[in-house]
Amino acid sequence: MKIDFRQDVDRVLQDAKAQQQPVLLDFNAAPM
Amino acid sequence: MWPNERVVRFVNENFLAARVHPRQTPEAFKLYSERYKAPWTPTILLLDHDGVEHHRIEGFLPVDDFLAQLMLGRARIAFDAQQWAEAERRFHEIADTLPETDAAAEALYWAGVAPYKATGDPASLKATGRAFKGRYQNSPWAKKASVWT
Repeated sequence: MKIDFRQDVDRVLQDAKAQQQPVLLDFNAAPM
Repeated sequence: MWPNERVVRFVNENFLAARVHPRQTPEAFKLYSERYKAPWTPTILLLDHDGVEHHRIEGFLPVDDFLAQLMLGRARIAFDAQQWAEAERRFHEIADTLPETDAAAEALYWAGVAPYKATGDPASLKATGRAFKGRYQNSPWAKKASVWT
């Protein structure tokens, strides 16, 4: 099980608005 | 902290997740770190569905503290949306299930505020002030709640 981190933040924010869902935005410098 | 199963489950059940990286996605990192004033990593922002920030976690935390902060952020989103019953439930869940974390005292405080905001009845504030007499006496939240007793 893992978290589906998406990189297209604008799209995530659009989806959040449409789905009325909160967003977790991770600023992370660790190796991806 | 991310590979932890409890963290993964909580995030997947409560948030849409996005990540920006200073080297892998430099343009997005610059754009959003400036927009949200988040120049440091790791930083995690918890946003409502309109993209408004309600909570941030800066720096590394052990799993329980990290999970409690995520839960606190989710509860704050409910609180700020005036979803008082949901907020109260979520704040209590932190204080009850992760009582040794730094977030627990803050959660206990807001668990008392939420029902007061819903009803105007100060009984929950008084009960919370009393609860702090036995817990978290060194926390700033105990000091803040001391006025309620």
